[in-house]
Amino acid sequence: MFPADLKYTKDHEWLKPTGDGTALVGITQYAQDALGDVVFVDLPEVGASFAAGEEFGTVESVKTVSELNMPAAGEVLDVNTSLADHPEAVNEDPYGKGWMVKIKLTGDSAGLLDAKAYEALVSAESH
Amino acid sequence: MSTAASELMKTPLNAAHRALNAKMVDFGGWDMPVQYPGGIIAEHEAVRTKAGLFDVSHMGEIRVKGPGALALVEHLTPNDVAKLAIGQIHYTAFLYENGTFVDDLLVYREGEQEFLLVVNAGNSDKDFAWVQQHATAYDCTVVNESPATGQIALQGPLSLGILQPLTKTALEPIGYYFFTHGEVAGIKCLISRTGYTGEDGFELYCAAGDTERLWNAVMAAGKPQGLVPAGLGCRNTLRLECKMALYGHEIDDSIHALEAGLGWIVKLDKGDFIGRQALLAAKGAPAPRKLVGFKTLEKRDIARDHMPVVQNGKQIGFVTSAAPSPTCGINLGLAYVPTELAKIGGRIQIEIRGRAVDAEIIPTPFYKRTK
Repeated sequence: MFPADLKYTKDHEWLKPTGDGTALVGITQYAQDALGDVVFVDLPEVGASFAAGEEFGTVESVKTVSELNMPAAGEVLDVNTSLADHPEAVNEDPYGKGWMVKIKLTGDSAGLLDAKAYEALVSAESH
Repeated sequence: MSTAASELMKTPLNAAHRALNAKMVDFGGWDMPVQYPGGIIAEHEAVRTKAGLFDVSHMGEIRVKGPGALALVEHLTPNDVAKLAIGQIHYTAFLYENGTFVDDLLVYREGEQEFLLVVNAGNSDKDFAWVQQHATAYDCTVVNESPATGQIALQGPLSLGILQPLTKTALEPIGYYFFTHGEVAGIKCLISRTGYTGEDGFELYCAAGDTERLWNAVMAAGKPQGLVPAGLGCRNTLRLECKMALYGHEIDDSIHALEAGLGWIVKLDKGDFIGRQALLAAKGAPAPRKLVGFKTLEKRDIARDHMPVVQNGKQIGFVTSAAPSPTCGINLGLAYVPTELAKIGGRIQIEIRGRAVDAEIIPTPFYKRTK
């Protein structure tokens, strides 16, 4: 449920470093399940820069809305435009087709949780 | 809303929901399924096109019986109770003297001198106290049957076909907002042709201890035809598309019946009832605000419950309920706005997370079934 090669935030975003100073960002399996059917993802423009923890967009489901916060400081290199027509990809494949933005890391991402720590956090939240 | 699950009230179907892997939420103090693994959109579509089965056992049931029962219910509610035939139901409300809502409810006429009042779960205790308090002047008994009663709602165009094989009672002749008593799957039920989804369907009331057996029997009968368990999430989007009021949203103790567009349940000429004087006065003057339906114009602009309606940076109204509509495919909502702005085609602005976005006032209900 929480792949070991990803880093996680307490707000349920994931960050996947790609090795060349860039990373993909999305929301976790736990987050998509809590939201329910996603109907719209509001994403930033390419070129926008965000500090770690800064809001970069929102994800809307039928019943609620949630802010998206940047796991690490970065500049947006690409956004997943296919989510405009297929927002359900966030539910169906949160770590794959449901990715949201690709960023160039401009700071360190050392403060993020590993899979084990995130799983512990989630299990504490859901009990 | 962080009450531990163990402190929440449970319906007789709680274990069944958990076995179905429902996502449970605190709904007015009750541990209720908001959705099952299929998700809100799939459940919503099943109800519109096939059928869905809801647990509504949390609803409150109050029985009023005796020579003074009719007079008491007439006094407590604005609709014309004397006009109800035995076996007939109507939608009505408990109002305060100022015409605002204690709750909304259904009145079932069980006999000349016997009525079943079905009220909202979250208001059930308040309602029972309200009825008891006023009943002292009337020759009748008032019994809170809520804990002893289970209720499930089978909703959707295939409901009749799913339910008929389970009962000897002829269902087709039961008109909309009528009921009868009979056996379903061998279980004694009150069979009511009502619902909160805008589709044809039946609400079945039974003894609490029979609820799970009834649920399983209906589920098994309907599954081959596409029946799915349906949670409170789609119950809300379904009722919103049909502009059916929800207490705490379109109606509460600060909104009176005429503002809410519920003038049709207020029979000012039926005789006295609580709230009549206030509504009579309100009818003489133009209402300052009105409940309207709207859609936001951009796909990204999704209004939500309780957001402000703004004009030039000032709040002029509020959203009561709003959501992306699975059936209509647009972002819908209901809002109270100043009456002079309440025109079909008119523009209003909703403040969504600090941003004023455009919305257009459109006709309601947003959805109406064709058959």
